[in-house]
Amino acid sequence: MQTLKIVVTGPFASGKTEFIQSVSEIDVVSTDRRISSQAERIKDATTVAMDFGRITIDEELILYLFGTPGQRRFNFMWEILSEGMLGFVVLVDSTRPETFREAQRILETFRNYSPVPYIVAANKQDLGDAWPADDLKIVLKVESGIKVVPCVAQNRESVKQVLLELLYSILEVMDQQEE
Amino acid sequence: MALKGNLKDFGITQLLNLINLARKTGTLYLEGPEGTAFLCFKEGKLVYATSGSEDVNLPTVLQRAGKLTAEQARVVQANMAGRSDRDMAMMLIQAGHIQQQDVVQSVRQYVLGLVYRIFSWNEGTFRFEPAQLPIQGKMVTSIALENVIMEGSRRLKEWERLQDELPSLDVSLKFAEKPTTPLRDINLTVEEWRVISFVNPRNTIQQIAQYNSMTEFQIRKIVYGLLQAGIVEIIKPARPAATEAPGRSQRVEDQVRVSTKARRPDVKRGLIHRLIDRIREL
Ligand SMILES: Nc1nc2c(ncn2[C@@H]2O[C@H](COP(=O)(O)OP(=O)(O)OP(=O)(O)O)[C@@H](O)[C@H]2O)c(=O)[nH]1
Ligand SMILES: [Mg+2]
Repeated sequence: MQTLKIVVTGPFASGKTEFIQSVSEIDVVSTDRRISSQAERIKDATTVAMDFGRITIDEELILYLFGTPGQRRFNFMWEILSEGMLGFVVLVDSTRPETFREAQRILETFRNYSPVPYIVAANKQDLGDAWPADDLKIVLKVESGIKVVPCVAQNRESVKQVLLELLYSILEVMDQQEE
Repeated sequence: MALKGNLKDFGITQLLNLINLARKTGTLYLEGPEGTAFLCFKEGKLVYATSGSEDVNLPTVLQRAGKLTAEQARVVQANMAGRSDRDMAMMLIQAGHIQQQDVVQSVRQYVLGLVYRIFSWNEGTFRFEPAQLPIQGKMVTSIALENVIMEGSRRLKEWERLQDELPSLDVSLKFAEKPTTPLRDINLTVEEWRVISFVNPRNTIQQIAQYNSMTEFQIRKIVYGLLQAGIVEIIKPARPAATEAPGRSQRVEDQVRVSTKARRPDVKRGLIHRLIDRIREL
């Protein structure tokens, strides 16, 4: 039995738990806690250690999706989670420009952990004031060649599309390395 | 779709950068500490700007630029009340009071002056409305944003500028391939030399700061200076090599050790294809 891992990261409340929940075959093993501090009270629960989802590929292969905790004080988990990952997804709440700088910082940090392919998902595109994916690409200074795709984390098809795009990028990188 | 946000989180520099790179057409409405303003863009170029608090029309602009006297401006205002800026410009040029070149220059100067003031607005809100261009009858100009961004940034408060220029300290430095001036001809401070001595693709800026016990502000300031002078360039950090960097502290050593273990798993294409097939059918 072989297991593979994709990490889903992004700022606080960008939709990581929701994203993993949409495609996982098990209920996301989420270590969510109710939020007590006023400052972070834009929703009821936050992930304190990690989210954990699973997709069984076949008898011999399982894909795990790990979501990072959103709050800064759990950053020590990041590097541990990134160990051995196949690639990662940076989820951005497209409606909250106040989180873009943080998203950029997270992206850089993960890129430095491991030179694996990654993708940026411009989440919450169903909401009226979502910034378009193309604009986020510029704003987050995403390297050319890295995809920034629109996403609605509650929508399974949309989440599938993000994961597929990441996997296509992984194949492309493999092709380049073989040349 | 309107882009909305708060200037505290998403600054003027970033906005202009986005408008420039995306070659946007539309109007940026701002509400800042000094009142309101709007800036109009055509395909990423700044064509018009005015602030809401002062109703500035062409005679005022020309008077401020020293092209009309206060008396002339007053007369034009009185005689041509309700007429567009463009009509007033025509009249002034035809009557030989000013030259077309003066109008063009004065408008440009006014627009730039306003934009540079706006650079210091670090709180307030913004809204970008694509396709809206309220410039009917106005004298427009066309200013490339690259230069505006450069000059505006220069005028920004130091810390903010440093933050923007160098968002991450997790990058490394290398010596510029073709420095504009040879290193020996540059006067560097002791502090700058200490940073220079650690320039190496293996050391992130963060690590250099740690080696030298410098604060984030100090290191940003020095690196920014070195970048501006064209002495060093930013690169992605190389994988840490086995050889020791001089003066590496225990803390940094730990960091390096931890980061080497995050390796890419060794997977075959076939596996990825299996993932793709499975996810497609989910
Ligand atoms: N409209 C909309 N809401 C979303 C979307 N994705 C997530 N949300 C909502 O955004 C909020 C945050 O989502 P979470 O999945 O908890 O975010 P998270 O990234 O796991 O948050 P932390 O673990 O606290 O960092 C929740 O109220 C979600 O229902 C989306 O695509 N569209
Ligand atoms: Mg969560």
